[in-house]
Parts: sequence; C-alpha cells; structure tokens
Amino acid sequence: MNKDEYQKLVEEYTPKEKKLKNAVLAFFVGGAIGFIGEVIVTILQTSFGLEVKDAYVWLCILMIFVASALTAFGFFDNWVSKCKAGLFLPTTGFAHSVTSAALDYRKDGFITGLGSNVFKLAGSVILYGMIGGFLFGILGVIFHG
Amino acid sequence: MKFFNAFLLSGIFCFIAQIILDNTKLTPGHITSLFTVLGSGLAFLGIYEKLIEWGGAGATVIISNFGNMLYLGVVEGFKEMGILGVFGGLLVKSSAAISAAVIFSFFFALFFKPKS
Repeated sequence: MNKDEYQKLVEEYTPKEKKLKNAVLAFFVGGAIGFIGEVIVTILQTSFGLEVKDAYVWLCILMIFVASALTAFGFFDNWVSKCKAGLFLPTTGFAHSVTSAALDYRKDGFITGLGSNVFKLAGSVILYGMIGGFLFGILGVIFHG
Repeated sequence: MKFFNAFLLSGIFCFIAQIILDNTKLTPGHITSLFTVLGSGLAFLGIYEKLIEWGGAGATVIISNFGNMLYLGVVEGFKEMGILGVFGGLLVKSSAAISAAVIFSFFFALFFKPKS
C-alpha cells in the first residue's frame, strides 16, 4: 500500500461525526468572540463616546492583550487545540502565535531566539497579507480610482 | 439584532475554516494566510465594508479584517500621496494590531515561561 492509498483509508475511517462536532464548536466559539466583540464595541461607543472606527481598533488591541495574556498564563494552547478554528481564525489566533513563539524561543536568547523567531508563525500571515493587500490595493486604485 | 449578526458572521467564518482544516491537508498557518488574502479580495470587491456594516464586530474580529485594513491602507495612501502612499500606507491601518501583538508578546515573554 503506498502513501496515498493509506491516506485515503485513514480518511475513510475518520468519523464524519467528529468533523461536524469540530465545525459546530468552531462556529459557537468564533460566534461568541464576535458577539462579545460587538458588546465591547457598543460599550466603548456609548460609555466612552468613541467613534465606531476607533472602537474597532480598541477592540482589536484589547483582544490581542487578552489572548497574549492567556497564552502567557498557559491556558490558550489547550483551548486552541480544542476549539481550533474558533480561536485561531479571530485576531486572538494572531496574538497567540506571536506570543507563543516569543515564549518558546526566549530560552535561545533575546536576539537569536526571541528576536529572530517571534514572527515564525505569524510571519506568513503578515507576508501574504501584505502581498495580497498590495496587489488588491493596486487593482482597487486602478478600478475604483 | 446587531449582536446576533455579529455572532452569526464570525461563527460562519470559523465554521468554514474548521471545515477546510478537517477536510484538507492545510494547516492553521495556511488557513489564516488564506483568509487574510481573502479579506483583501473581499475588500476590493466592496463586500467587506458591507459585512462590517451588517455584522459589526463579527467582521472585524476575524483575521480577514487584517487583509481589509491592508487593502484600505493602500487605497487611502494612494489618494493622499500617490505612488509613495501605496508603500507608506500599506501598514498604516493595521499598525495597531501588529504593534500590540509585538509589544504585549515581548513583555509577556519577559515575565513568563512557557508551560510544558
């Protein structure tokens, strides 16, 4: 049996139910983050008189702070491995990947460890995000003026 | 109503990402990069601002919003400074997210050790 056939066999026997359960869990966890975000944005607007655009930026910073803190305290790794896409697709996942890289590589020193590896995981999001944003931005300038 | 929309929108994004994760060989790194670029594409098509209008924070908490911000940075940079603004503007709007992640992670790494 070669590798591809084996892969197919494994996929056949992976229970479909588990995939559905994962997806539903991701839906509720991701949805909860959006819901809480909207609550925070509303509070920032009504109680602190922020413009909606600024409120979104504050929310982003707040989420990154909370996710970084939870990663540093050691809770977030377990949660991400359980909730998967529900936690890594929101901005929390970006913060988690940066913070966990910083924590893990600090033992190799501040320059050769932390410094050169802090974007080890988040680097691809930043690189391809920037390239995509640049190319679509050029298209946007051409087509939408 | 907007709270429900926010729940639904970010939930659906994560649902789709989980389906991709479980049924392909793509890793979370692939998927987040993909959704970021997708965010730029949706912004170009004028869809992302409609998603934010409809779902509020539900659209802005997702990593795709990073792509949206990068796109808007280029377009608004070009309006202000021409070609120079394309380079100067790209990171302007997403600066807060990147700076926050770098600053918080550095100081947490100073004071905490990985648990494992």
